[in-house]
Amino acid sequence: MEKILVEIEHLKKAFGSKNVLMDINLRIKEGENLVVLGKSGSGKSVLIKCMVGLIEPDEGKISVLGKCIGDLKEDELNQVRKKIGFLFQSGALYDSMTVRENLEFPLRELKSKKEEKDQLVVEALQHVGLEEAIDKMPSELSGGMRKRVGLARTLILKPEIILYDEPTTGLDPITSKEISKLIIEIQKKHNTSSVIITHDVECARITGDRLVIIKEGECVAEGTFTELQSSKDEWVRSFFE
Amino acid sequence: MNPQPIVGPEAEKTPELKSPDNAASVFQPHSFPLYRFFLEVTLLTKFTARYFKEVLKPPYEFNELIRQCYLIGYKSFPLVSVTGFIMGLVLTIQSRPTLAEFGAESWLPAMVAVSIIREIGPVITALIFAGKVGSGIGAELASMKVTEQIDAMEVSGMNPFKYIVVTRIAAATIMLPALVVIADTISLYGAYIGVNLKGDVNVHLFLSQVFEKLAFIDVLPALIKTLFFGFSVGLIGCYKGYNSNKGTEGVGEAANASVVYASLMIFIIDMIAVQITSFMM
Repeated sequence: MEKILVEIEHLKKAFGSKNVLMDINLRIKEGENLVVLGKSGSGKSVLIKCMVGLIEPDEGKISVLGKCIGDLKEDELNQVRKKIGFLFQSGALYDSMTVRENLEFPLRELKSKKEEKDQLVVEALQHVGLEEAIDKMPSELSGGMRKRVGLARTLILKPEIILYDEPTTGLDPITSKEISKLIIEIQKKHNTSSVIITHDVECARITGDRLVIIKEGECVAEGTFTELQSSKDEWVRSFFE
Repeated sequence: MNPQPIVGPEAEKTPELKSPDNAASVFQPHSFPLYRFFLEVTLLTKFTARYFKEVLKPPYEFNELIRQCYLIGYKSFPLVSVTGFIMGLVLTIQSRPTLAEFGAESWLPAMVAVSIIREIGPVITALIFAGKVGSGIGAELASMKVTEQIDAMEVSGMNPFKYIVVTRIAAATIMLPALVVIADTISLYGAYIGVNLKGDVNVHLFLSQVFEKLAFIDVLPALIKTLFFGFSVGLIGCYKGYNSNKGTEGVGEAANASVVYASLMIFIIDMIAVQITSFMM
């Protein structure tokens, strides 16, 4: 039987009078790459922020790795968060730290020797092909490099689930493709499950095992890339044209 | 739900409380300045309470605290020194004619010293500190918020409040008294130069005149109030930055508001301190 890592039931979230998410239901299986497609402002980022407890939903239930996010105390939530990687749209690298320090930061509470931590940092950077940037400051990196370093930082705690918030936004087509391929490589290598939030159809094609399309806070279509590409719904099809 | 950081993420959950633009109903309490004032005071109080809760709870971020002490204290040293020197020199030059009119020129070192130690040194240094450090903290934290660095710390299972906020407030509280002592000392040197511009007073005489009139009650309350000045500069800078929610526009607003409110707080604390000191005397 397939193991369900994330289960979202009847999720609702509104900001003031604006209903951002209206009755979202999703399940993410072990080892699966789920792509959430939707126009800008359709609530995709809010959805994954709810999944890690950064935003509290108004209604609904989110279970991650068998734990109901809404019921957890701060320490318990932090333990669950350590099993979830989150790649932010901008990479969210700490400006005042070097790449090495950025990667060491999530390891601070790890009770291992410095050499072991150094080894983890180097390995994570090797995964994303950026070992030469170890002593650089984030301001010295290009957009693509920042995303890669962000990904390396996400990988360093060996998460079971990785949430990608617009991983290819703001990148040129070649770098976008490289990042998309990297996501696939990581999934295969570490057998992680991923939720990829994007409006980049090419990224969705490369990375997605299953796609969900969100329109005005609701899941309007679900299926593989090919299925949705030939959907009867004109609006859904228009995404792929 | 998890105990969220009181101001930033809590505001995310209830943005209608944070931003009047998001308010749903026809009745928008945010349009009332008094409501906004009390809301701000409530949030700041919660933020302060959280600081005291987190500052006592291990693990302690000593390395980051030392780094912040260096950035906040050591890097403010040149500015505070120059300001202190000018303060002492100018005060002496400006006071001389008035004292000369009453034939009390010999009181100049003592008068200047008491003014500097009791009032001018702590307040001017704190205002300079608010301008440099308060705005810097406000802008830095707001920029970290905009670029999702605070969220990134949170999702990696760290406590961003402890790492970012607690260390900065503690560093500001520790470093301002030290800077005030340095500024007062340099200021007295400026006063010595000022006295000697139109006179001939040696260091020994100058210092004996200064310490003859300086009492314990002049020095200690002045130093104690600088702890509160430093705390308020750090607290307001962190509060405004951590609570910033308007993108890049919010960075400028946070920096500006940090200086304005911290400066105001310095005067309010000073007023209270003067009342307490007068009562004690």
